[in-house]
Amino acid sequence: MKGKGKHVIVAGGGVAGMEAAGSLAEMGLRVTLIEKSQDPGGHLLKWHALFPDRRPADEVRGYLRKRIQHENINVITSTVVEKIRHHGHDVVVNLSGGTEERADAVIVATGFDLFDAHRKEEYGYGIYDNVITAADLEEMFNRGKVSRADGSVPSRIGFIHCVGSRDEKVNNNHCSKVCCVSAVKQAIEVRKMLPACEVFCFYMDMRMYGPYYEELYRESQEVHNVNFIRGKVSEASVNINNRLVIKVEDTLAGRPLKMELDLMVLMVGMEMSKTGTRLAEASGLGTGINRFLETGDHHYGNNLSHVKGVFYAGTCTAPMNITDTISHARAAVAETVRYLNGR
Amino acid sequence: MYMKLEGKKRIWAEYQKEIPDDHFFYVRSCIRQTFFAGSEQVFLKILRDDLGKDIFEDPRHTTCTGIGYHGDVVPFETIQAVVARHFALATEAGYKNIAISCVTSFGIYSEILETWKHFPETLERTREDLYKATGRTFEIPETISHASDIIYKFRDEIARKAKYNLVDLATGRPLKVVEHIGCHYSKMFPKYGVGGAEFPHVLVGMVESWGGDIIDYPERRHCCGFGFRQYLVQANRGYSISASRKKFESMEPYRPDFIIANCPGCAMFMDRWQYTIKELDDISYGSEGQSIPVLTYEEVAGLVLGYDPWGLGLQYHNVQSLKLMQRMGIKADPAQRFLAKDGTRLPEPANLING
Repeated sequence: MKGKGKHVIVAGGGVAGMEAAGSLAEMGLRVTLIEKSQDPGGHLLKWHALFPDRRPADEVRGYLRKRIQHENINVITSTVVEKIRHHGHDVVVNLSGGTEERADAVIVATGFDLFDAHRKEEYGYGIYDNVITAADLEEMFNRGKVSRADGSVPSRIGFIHCVGSRDEKVNNNHCSKVCCVSAVKQAIEVRKMLPACEVFCFYMDMRMYGPYYEELYRESQEVHNVNFIRGKVSEASVNINNRLVIKVEDTLAGRPLKMELDLMVLMVGMEMSKTGTRLAEASGLGTGINRFLETGDHHYGNNLSHVKGVFYAGTCTAPMNITDTISHARAAVAETVRYLNGR
Repeated sequence: MYMKLEGKKRIWAEYQKEIPDDHFFYVRSCIRQTFFAGSEQVFLKILRDDLGKDIFEDPRHTTCTGIGYHGDVVPFETIQAVVARHFALATEAGYKNIAISCVTSFGIYSEILETWKHFPETLERTREDLYKATGRTFEIPETISHASDIIYKFRDEIARKAKYNLVDLATGRPLKVVEHIGCHYSKMFPKYGVGGAEFPHVLVGMVESWGGDIIDYPERRHCCGFGFRQYLVQANRGYSISASRKKFESMEPYRPDFIIANCPGCAMFMDRWQYTIKELDDISYGSEGQSIPVLTYEEVAGLVLGYDPWGLGLQYHNVQSLKLMQRMGIKADPAQRFLAKDGTRLPEPANLING
C-alpha cells in the first residue's frame, strides 16, 4: 500500500478518534492522536450502560482502549488542535501550547458537546435540587444509587425529551437522534433498580430509528410499565414539600397536565463542540446550518472536508450513536488512505 | 426556599439591562392613576426628593393606546405613531431616557423598538406618518426603563434611608413576600427585564434589600388573569378570576404577608378578585384568616421610606394593609384613612376587607 508509513494526525480522542487511530495504525500508518482531556474516551467515559442492549459501557471503552494500544500510535493528551492548514504536501496543525505538528493528512474527530441544560431556564437546572441531566443520571448509575439531592429514594421520576434539540428557541433545529432511546434505556434501568418508582417520559415524537430500538421501546412499556406522555413540558417549579411541579400538555388526551415529580431528568441533546467550532473558524472549515462541520457531499462524501488532506469522523459532522460513529470513523480512514494513495 | 441562589444569580447575571442614573422622561399609566392614585405620585417624589433625580413629564403625553391595541381596535401602525409622538415629546424636552409607569406600555414600547430594529422600513413609515399627522420628528430614546427598574437600581439607596424594614417587629422574622411581575414586563422580551422572564429579579431585589424573604411557589410564573380580552369582554371574566384563584391557592400554604407587583392589571385584579372570592366562597388566603394585601412596588418603597400610608393611597385597595403595617411597626390611624389633608371627608369604598 502506497500510504503505508505516512503520518496522520487525528484531532480528538473520543469514540471516532480512537477507532480511526486504531484502523489507521492497523494499516501501517503512523498516527498521532491528540486529545484535549487527560484521558481518551470522550463522553463514553461517563456512561454506565449502552442502548439498545444495556451492555456495560466499559466493554466498549475496553475495546477502544485496545484499539489505540499500538506501536504506530502516539497519544498526546491535554492538548487541543487549534488550527489546521495545508502547506505543500503537508498538513500543518497548531497545537495549544504553541507547538506545531506536520502530517500527510488530518482526521478531525472533535465530537460534540452536550447541550448546556442551564439554557432552558424554564426547567430550573442548577436552581432546583432535583433537576438533573441524562449524563448526571448515568453517573448515579455508576455509583449504584439513584436518589434525590437529600439522599431520599424517588417515588416518581420524569424524563424530559428533546432538551436543546428540535428547539428554535435555543437555535437548535436538529434532532440529536440518540436521546429518545437513551431515555427509554434509562427509564428501564430506573424501573429495575427502583421497582416502586413510577417513571414517565414526556416526548414530542419517539424516534426509535436504530436496530432493536423499537423493541426496547415496546419492552419498556410491556415489561417495565414505563409511561409515555406525548407533550412538551413548559415549566418546572417546586412546591412547599420540595417536590417538583411540572406543567405539560398531554397532546394525545388533549388536556393540560400538572404533575409532581421527585426527580426530573433532562435528555440533553448534542451540539457542535466548542473545540470543533474554534478549529473550524481558525482553519476555514465550513459549518452547516446546524453548526456541525459541513461535509464535502451529503450523500457520498460524508467524510470529506473542503480542505485538501482534511477528513471528518464522527459526531463533529452530525449527531450519531456509537455504532454509526465507529462506522463513520472507519469510512474516514478509507477516504484518508485513498487520498494518500492517490498523491 | 428550595432554590439554589447561585443558580439564580447565574441567570440574573445574563439579564442585566442598562438603567440610567438620572434624567428621565416619565410616561404615566392610564389605569394606575385611577386604581393606585398615590403610586405614580410617590414614585416622582422618591426620585425627586429622596434620590435627587431629574424626572420630567409633559402634560401633552397621552395614552399609548395599548389596551385598544391588545383589544384589536387600534392597528399596529397607529400605536407606532402614538408612541413615536411620545418619543417626539421627549426629544423636544431634551431627554433620552424613557421611564415607563405601566407594564402594558413598557411591553408596547419594547415591541415597537424591536420591530423598528428588525424591520427598518416600519420605522421610516412611522416617521412619515407622525410627520404628516403632527409635523413632529423624533429621536429613538437611548434607554427605556420600567419605573420598577429604576426603583430596583436605587433599592440599596432606599434601604439606607429606610425608616421601616420588611420585618415583623414583634418576632424579628423577615416578612414573607410573593413577587409578581406583569407578563408584558419580560415574558415577551426577556432581555428588557431585570433578571429575565423565568426568574425575574426586579422585585426580588427590592424585597431582599428591604429585609423581606421571597416566596417561590409553584404558580409563581402564572398570569394574574388580567389579560385584556379577559376583562374587556365581560363574559370572559370567569377565566380571569380562575387564573388568579390558581395563584392564590398555590401561594396559600406559604402564608404570605403581602404581594408586590409591578403591573397595574396584576395589582388591581389580585386585589379585587380576593374580595370577589371572599364574597363568593368566604375564602381568604393569608394568615390569621385575612386576605393578602397587594401592593405596588412604589407603595412598598413608600412604606419603607416612612411615607404616610394614607398619602400612598393604601386605603383604596380592597384588601386593607393594617395588619401588615402593624407588623412593620408603622403607626397608621384607621380613623384618618378617608380624611383629606384639609380635613374634608373622602369617598369611602364599600366592601373593604381585612378591616
